[in-house]
Amino acid sequence: MRIKLEKRAEPSRVMLFATPIVAVILTMIIGAVLFDALGYDGQRTVKEIFFTPVLASYKWLDVAARAAPLIIIALGLSLGNQAKVWNIGAEGQYIVGALCGAIVAYFTQSVTGSWVIIPMMLAGIVGGAAWAAIPAMLKTKFNVNEVLTSLMLVYVALQVLSYIVTGPLKDPHGQNFPQTAPFTDAQLLPRAIGNIIPPGLLVALILMLGFWLVVSRSVYGFEVRVVGAAPSAARYAGFNASSTVWSTMLISGGMAGLAGILEATSQLGQLNLGFPSGYGFTAIIVSFLGRLHPVGVFIAGIVLAITYVGGQVAQTVVHVPSASGGVFQALMLFLILAADILVRYKVRLVRGAA
Amino acid sequence: MNMVFIISAIVTIVGISTPILLAATGELVVEKSGVLNLGIEGLMLVGAVTGFAVTFTTFNPWLGVLAAAAAGASASMVFAVLVLSLGSNQVATGLALAIFGIGLSTLIGAGFVGIIVPPFTSIFPDVLAKDPSWRVLFGYSPLVYMALAIVAAVGWFLKYTRAGLVLRAVGENDLSAHSIGYSVIGIRYGAIAFGGALAGIAGCYFSMVITPMWAEQMTAGRGWIALALVVFAGWKTRRLLVGAYFFGMLMTLELYAKATGFLYLPSQFWAAMPYIMAIVVLAIISFRDRSGSEAPACLGKPFVPNT
Repeated sequence: MRIKLEKRAEPSRVMLFATPIVAVILTMIIGAVLFDALGYDGQRTVKEIFFTPVLASYKWLDVAARAAPLIIIALGLSLGNQAKVWNIGAEGQYIVGALCGAIVAYFTQSVTGSWVIIPMMLAGIVGGAAWAAIPAMLKTKFNVNEVLTSLMLVYVALQVLSYIVTGPLKDPHGQNFPQTAPFTDAQLLPRAIGNIIPPGLLVALILMLGFWLVVSRSVYGFEVRVVGAAPSAARYAGFNASSTVWSTMLISGGMAGLAGILEATSQLGQLNLGFPSGYGFTAIIVSFLGRLHPVGVFIAGIVLAITYVGGQVAQTVVHVPSASGGVFQALMLFLILAADILVRYKVRLVRGAA
Repeated sequence: MNMVFIISAIVTIVGISTPILLAATGELVVEKSGVLNLGIEGLMLVGAVTGFAVTFTTFNPWLGVLAAAAAGASASMVFAVLVLSLGSNQVATGLALAIFGIGLSTLIGAGFVGIIVPPFTSIFPDVLAKDPSWRVLFGYSPLVYMALAIVAAVGWFLKYTRAGLVLRAVGENDLSAHSIGYSVIGIRYGAIAFGGALAGIAGCYFSMVITPMWAEQMTAGRGWIALALVVFAGWKTRRLLVGAYFFGMLMTLELYAKATGFLYLPSQFWAAMPYIMAIVVLAIISFRDRSGSEAPACLGKPFVPNT
């Protein structure tokens, strides 16, 4: 008996839907074993990370708030990933977007009208897109691998943030802490609209519908898929790979920037050195777990948000280190990538030798 | 500019560039076999925490280095199984490895924060190692000499040995190598394990030599610089040295800027400098090599035999 892989003529739709669920379940099992091996209570850790945030209703708002940036960033990344344009630097674009919004906030401190939130959001989008334009430009003009450049720019963005919050935008009344002045009331969004839904999640919901329309109903969505799946066919069809790089990079950068400024205005109320949270990296996992599909991304965003919130619960309850959530998230990405083989191949047990 | 300053600068540059040189040498072998492993940063951290933990428990830094290499190699096997045996996407899998390594190292290292081990210092007598001039040759950690020896050995292996030729053939034309009977997947497994081991050693340089302690994410993105270094070197071993010292120089500038606040620019500017220069250098190199002729032809592509 041996295992034989047979390539499917068409990717299996059943597997496409089943594998993310299998991946999440396997993550829990492997995670429990791994944590046991490291000397923690594995079963309890898994319970706190994956189930407590779902079962305890007072955690739901927290999950929703964390899902918002993950979903918004991942929606943009999914578009690029379909075209095989790898924007790995969403974390940097998230930071720069928030910074640009904070710069607008700095100059509009005397404004009392809450319309001021609109230029702040726009600045966030433009800032994120501009940061992503650097790898796009380098890719199209100089043929530089966008994976490395977008990633390097995360580290540059961290330094820019550090410079700005300790220098030009430092809060004069902040007792020398590296942080900007708190946003004024006009510059703030509510943490949750009507105490039910964080504004970011509402935006994520609207964007999900928008992306779904673009991906499944527009020529542009088709173009992106063809460029990714069959570059030479795309050339024959007259699709320009260069403009796909530009558009997917700018859109994903803009989304990351928007997520950044939304987070800053609705959850934090100012920028400080603790602002970078790794959402830009986790969103890559969200995008793959969600199968690059807007609706899938929305669900995956909530799953990953659960592990963030659950990670904190486990930290206080089971006393596992704060990085535990990250380990589970990485495991999930490993497993979804491994499970991909079930979408493309049939696994068969065959008798006899090769 | 006096002699003492120049010597101390050289010693700092050679020391600080050693981990990126080691990691990049490993990655060079991986990429020569046609695989792109983006997980270096995670592997380095796993090596850093393992090397530290074993040194702390056994008081033997050499065991620490060995354990770091073993940890890096084993962690890289997760990546190898996925991309080689399951044909998963190399970019995404490499990234998962990086995230996994960062998380896992933090998890393992939680009990080691705030502890120090004796630094892994020179094996030469103090007369040479501490001498103001001779230390430019003898004042380094044994890992520095080991790194240089490894670079030379890898260069020789790739260029002059039959096995090195086969490895390159697998990276340049996997189907041909397969058709004349070489195990493409097997060779790539070996290359990934070797790259993982070197990344592990590179990581333990941080926790055993640069600062003899463990801190979360202490490699601070140097793993990504190592990836850029391979491109910078045009996949040639000798040019790795030039590149490593170039980046070492930039990182040294950051140290001096932090210590003395010189050059009238914010220290963040100098901290960002290695990354900015890596981008600039990548742009120049890639522009000169537009056809991509320097990169191994099968880099990043999964191997699918036509059977």
